[in-house]
Amino acid sequence: MARKTTATREAITTVAAWTIGFLIFFPILWIIILSFKSEGDAIKTPLAVLTSDWTLHSYAEVQERSNYARHFWNSVVLSLGSTIVALVIAIPAAWSMAFVPGKRTKDLLMWMLSTKMMPAVGVLVPMYLLFRDFGLLDSRIGLVGVLTLINLPIVIWMLYTYFKEIPGEILEAARMDGANLRSEILYILTPMAVPGIASTLLLNVILAWNEAFWTLQLTTSNAAPLTQFIASYSSPEGLFYAKLSAASTMAIAPILILGWFSQKQLVRGLTFGAVK
Amino acid sequence: MGQITLSAVTKTFGDVNVIPPLDLSINDGEFVVFVGPSGCGKSTLLRLIAGLEDFSSGKIMIDGKDATDAPPAQRGLAMVFQSYALYPHMSVRKNIAFPLKMAKLSQAEQDKKVDNAARILNLTNYLDRRPGQLSGGQRQRVAIGRAIVREPAAFLFDEPLSNLDAALRVTMRQEISELHQTLKTTMVYVTHDQVEAMTMADKIVVLNAGRIEQVGSPMELYRTPANLFVAGFIGSPKMNFITGAEAAKHGCHTIGVRPEHIEVAPGGIWQGTVGLAEHLGSDTFLKVRTETVGELTVRVSGEMNLHHGDRVSLGPQPGKIYRFDENGKASA
Amino acid sequence: MATEHSRTAARLMVSPAVILLFLWMIVPLGMTIYFSFLRYNLLMPGMESWTGFDNYYYFINQPSFWAALTNTLLLVGGVLCITIFGGVALALLLDQPFKGQGIVRVMVIAPFFVMPTVSALVWKNMFMNPVNGMFAHIAKALGFQPYDFLSHAPLASIILIVAWSWLPFSTLILLTALQSLDREQMDAAEMDGANWINRFIYLTVPHLTRSITVVILIQTIFLLSVFAEILVTTNGGPGTASTNLPYLVYAQSLLNFDVGGGSAGGIIAVILANIVAIFLMRMIGKNLES
Repeated sequence: MARKTTATREAITTVAAWTIGFLIFFPILWIIILSFKSEGDAIKTPLAVLTSDWTLHSYAEVQERSNYARHFWNSVVLSLGSTIVALVIAIPAAWSMAFVPGKRTKDLLMWMLSTKMMPAVGVLVPMYLLFRDFGLLDSRIGLVGVLTLINLPIVIWMLYTYFKEIPGEILEAARMDGANLRSEILYILTPMAVPGIASTLLLNVILAWNEAFWTLQLTTSNAAPLTQFIASYSSPEGLFYAKLSAASTMAIAPILILGWFSQKQLVRGLTFGAVK
Repeated sequence: MGQITLSAVTKTFGDVNVIPPLDLSINDGEFVVFVGPSGCGKSTLLRLIAGLEDFSSGKIMIDGKDATDAPPAQRGLAMVFQSYALYPHMSVRKNIAFPLKMAKLSQAEQDKKVDNAARILNLTNYLDRRPGQLSGGQRQRVAIGRAIVREPAAFLFDEPLSNLDAALRVTMRQEISELHQTLKTTMVYVTHDQVEAMTMADKIVVLNAGRIEQVGSPMELYRTPANLFVAGFIGSPKMNFITGAEAAKHGCHTIGVRPEHIEVAPGGIWQGTVGLAEHLGSDTFLKVRTETVGELTVRVSGEMNLHHGDRVSLGPQPGKIYRFDENGKASA
Repeated sequence: MATEHSRTAARLMVSPAVILLFLWMIVPLGMTIYFSFLRYNLLMPGMESWTGFDNYYYFINQPSFWAALTNTLLLVGGVLCITIFGGVALALLLDQPFKGQGIVRVMVIAPFFVMPTVSALVWKNMFMNPVNGMFAHIAKALGFQPYDFLSHAPLASIILIVAWSWLPFSTLILLTALQSLDREQMDAAEMDGANWINRFIYLTVPHLTRSITVVILIQTIFLLSVFAEILVTTNGGPGTASTNLPYLVYAQSLLNFDVGGGSAGGIIAVILANIVAIFLMRMIGKNLES
């Protein structure tokens, strides 16, 4: 019946989808555009902005005024560090739960996830005081610890759902072949789960990179990652649109590109394997 | 060497008693098949022997040594799994070499043994492929190769052919039998398919609900089944069971007649109508609705021209009637 | 299905994670509970004294608490509504065949990767600013008075910003779920005479339920603790118009240095989260089982 109208329908869908996609993406596009403008041009009306000259001046100035490289490096260390530590703790745990399930395994997983439910503010004060007393304020090591803990439940859960899909027989075969537990995990499970581990790694790097509660509360400058770097622009530098845009672009670009490349792997991870 | 003795072995999962006390001994070089319907505990029994499950009680001796508490790797057994359980991220060569690597053999020794196994199994040209690039039969051979290189005391097979198509199953069945004749190593083979059991085994162990119903050579089980269960399980098509007045005539509770032991000829003691006739070419299987003893399955020569609705007269061959008492036990 | 040996190993290997998470849950939480019963101000160290439930009493009886509680729920509810309905609509659209699917998908998913501080700053300055923001420019071009979003509708503005960040997440997951819907089932329903509305109600919606549950669960975890967006845009104001519980606790303990009061607020936030969590876990537990 309606098959003949397919072409028209596709045209309409194309227009609608591109329009909405463009609108959603527009804020990001806009800061990228503004970042290549001078301060004077950046506050003009949108049409005037588009027709004004392009310049790299803002990037140079952001670089000069604040230490982007240090914040970037902090972000890398914090997000990668916390994710790797979490993986090292989570792989054995997920192995246990996926391949030696007990009656309580489901409850244990739910409990782990429920620790994510505990709002950070609930423990803000003691964490702040503990950090202060142990001299961990504004230190990368302390923050790596906190980010590890807040992402650990998600890492475990994601790995669990990936491990569940590996047939237990293969691990048993390894056991029959004389592999001890260490060899079994190192030579069989981990290589087989590489795609799952990679997407777990990716998602958690992204989550840690964008984490903006503890990174804002527990750092000031030395260990401050890009979230803090940007927050420092909240005022009055916020009024300098071009510089703010340049800084923002530099803060989000790495993760945006990473995310785009890995979006397929992210979906499964994000849903704890509930949607394939 | 590959002598395995189980004594008073039991296994319970929670409250469920999967294997009641069970004794079994497997001699060196024997091809033993565990057969039974699904859920009869045959796979559990194999996994107990492998060490992948704990005994709830009892003892296992392998080559005279107590192996009850030994981990799988130290029992000197090799296992071929139903799903083959190949390591998908390793080449065929690495798969076969894995047990050798775990045993910390030198690279040269590993290569020698892998090449040797590959030659026996016709895998030489596939050594650099990944399992994903192989056909079902080839994967099966890799799994066997991985087992062979360990030179185990015994091979354990867990329904290894159930994922293959019918034609390939016959080929692999023959290959495994030939392998057994070449290696002369003990093999313990689990299947639910009585044809595999009959064709491959030196000794069949028929299991039902965790209990051993009967142990014997294929022909022993066929000729002298110990009870109704074995009688019904071994032989294809299934044995016909007749109860009631007809059985009483023979002085027992149930009588059994195999389809191939029923003659269709005028003057038989039973009269009936052909319901379904399955023509296989060489044979024809008939479902005959009789007036006195219910429906019977009958195997006749393929040349016999019988169809739905035909009236036939039939009767058992003399001396081929099995008698069972009210407990299902065979009686003389 | 395993040996005693492997069960022991399993217990051993799961224990670091369990112990760490247990400590993470119990140590700071225990301290918070302890502080919540103290009169404890960072400006007056050494003056701590036991006050029983006073902190709770004062925390709950300050007008900003109820405002914050309402705002928290409005924020979670508002964002969930926008992202679920918007997400379903967008997923349905993107599931249709059209040209350039890959590019559109990349554009739609992008906001999810933008860190909260950036998205808040960008919306605040480049779009919602009443003088130089994009919306102000558009309003002026159309002859309207520019609207100061963050002063006059702070909570709604924050909901909008947060929803923008989370819409890609729900869209992506719902789209993936849609694509796993059995086409033959759809064709069968069409043969059975179901029109597209019926097909949507009886096939698509039930198929999406599981994914929607997942979206609600995960988003709620994050939305209950929205913080950076508020800190960067409105600082909870004007007044308490955009203060949620996390922000209130932060203000009380680290801006007013009232650790006791802040701790009491933190415990209340934990209790609230637990109520929501129990509700969600029930729902999710059931949906994840199947």
